[in-house]
Amino acid sequence: MVDLSTRLGNIALKNPVLTASGTFGFGLEYADFVDLGRLGGFIVKGTTLEPREGNPYPRMAETPSGMLNAVGLQNKGVDHFIEKIYPRIAGCGSEVIVNVSGKSVDDYVAVAEKLSALEGIHAIELNISCPNVKQGGMAFGTTCEGASSVVEAVRKAWPRHLMVKLSPNVTSIVDIAKAVEASGADSVSLINTLLGMAVDIERRRPVLSTVTGGLSGPAVKPVAVRMVWQVSHAVSIPVVGLGGIVNERDAIEFIMAGASAIQIGTANFINPAATIDILDGITAWCENHGVERISDIIGII
Amino acid sequence: MELVPANGEKLPPMQPGQFVEVAVDKAKVLLNRPFSIYNATDSVLELLIKPLGRGSEAMGLYEAGDSMRVIAPLGRGFDLPEQPCKVLLVGGGVGVAPMLYVARALNEKGLRPVLVYGERTAPDAQLKERLSEYADLEICTDDGTEGFHGLVTNHKAVAEGTPDHMLVCGPAPMMKAMHRIASERGIDAQFSLENKMACGLGACLCCVEQTTTGNRCVCTDGPVFKAEELPW
Repeated sequence: MVDLSTRLGNIALKNPVLTASGTFGFGLEYADFVDLGRLGGFIVKGTTLEPREGNPYPRMAETPSGMLNAVGLQNKGVDHFIEKIYPRIAGCGSEVIVNVSGKSVDDYVAVAEKLSALEGIHAIELNISCPNVKQGGMAFGTTCEGASSVVEAVRKAWPRHLMVKLSPNVTSIVDIAKAVEASGADSVSLINTLLGMAVDIERRRPVLSTVTGGLSGPAVKPVAVRMVWQVSHAVSIPVVGLGGIVNERDAIEFIMAGASAIQIGTANFINPAATIDILDGITAWCENHGVERISDIIGII
Repeated sequence: MELVPANGEKLPPMQPGQFVEVAVDKAKVLLNRPFSIYNATDSVLELLIKPLGRGSEAMGLYEAGDSMRVIAPLGRGFDLPEQPCKVLLVGGGVGVAPMLYVARALNEKGLRPVLVYGERTAPDAQLKERLSEYADLEICTDDGTEGFHGLVTNHKAVAEGTPDHMLVCGPAPMMKAMHRIASERGIDAQFSLENKMACGLGACLCCVEQTTTGNRCVCTDGPVFKAEELPW
């Protein structure tokens, strides 16, 4: 029996498998394929203060070993989440983490304050790295000052675990990670999508309505592993790794590089049971390699 | 292409107009490919494949006995009339794919629809034979090699017919033209969309169509939408 339990600071996870925001809906979309209670946790769709319609179609372009998306945080707002969604997922048996987005510091704070009333939400993930919204989003996550300003303000409004999701679209992700740690983050998750672009050469136009979008999937994995390794050596808070994980070997790569937990994203689109397959795969890999506790291999590189 | 469950279990009930997601491993592409349900029983799922892209082209590489991962059924299909009435089906190109199963379901309700099928050039004889089993088939070709020489929108069954319901699937310009005709002539109509999608489960929000009630997922709120839901 392998001990898969892991800690993110003040929260204990029964295993390191989480889902990446925006790839798993509210979990309910996957209930036919996944026993949600088996996951370490799941991170629900980016939630904003007001409802957002997101960007116009087309929002997606398939690329070699990856995909670009430009959804633009379409969601029904935090009140809808609190009233309609939370009661349906609160008792699922795994950690529900809410991804919080905004276009101003006040927006982030207002969402965090509303969510703080939900006792069952032990953690939020602050999205300061979305490349697909004009205001806010990645703008906060690409400078140390911008990142610190949001994290400091939300820290005052949010009493429980504060995870901050970092953008890879920066000169030094290590500097941003150190800045958010100093501002009160309890953990960092990385990487959000890499800014990319695709052109439809027959129509001589960009594929996406927004021209650029966020690249995810196996194509970004080596970049993500490198950044997780760099950041985990530079900060003392836990690191959550994501970026192109599609099987247990990918997950273990991130864990060895320094991730205390991992998030499954684009893989959910390919195989709706990917989270469970990867969880079972991690268990089997540990058994086959004589690893009794997953925590024994976190950050061994 | 005929698919049977690898585990010998029965297939779930599938509604006309619903679709499936297929992991086309031989295409070496990342995402699953959506295909309309061409025909289904509790033991066999049939897909009508036209090689148009990397996914559909690679479907031709599979041989009898190969297995593939399929998620089925998905989405919201056509709302079929229960009362005796006249139903006109309009399929353009690969948009004809769901119409066999739609027509078959209508036959089971005692209704035999007219199917106006538009193609660039004369369609396959076997396909015509199967469609004719359940519908009065009217062919339109762009090159005049068979049937009416012109667009489905100019065919007399569309331009002058008096159906109670029109069920449409095809390329966007054709569907928008049909939407205009349905609206001008006051005919109830439904449209099956094929926006590019990733998950097929309503999670990624990539395949949205702008509707009268905002951006909605084609994969879960559609692929079939009623005319009045589409602000075309």
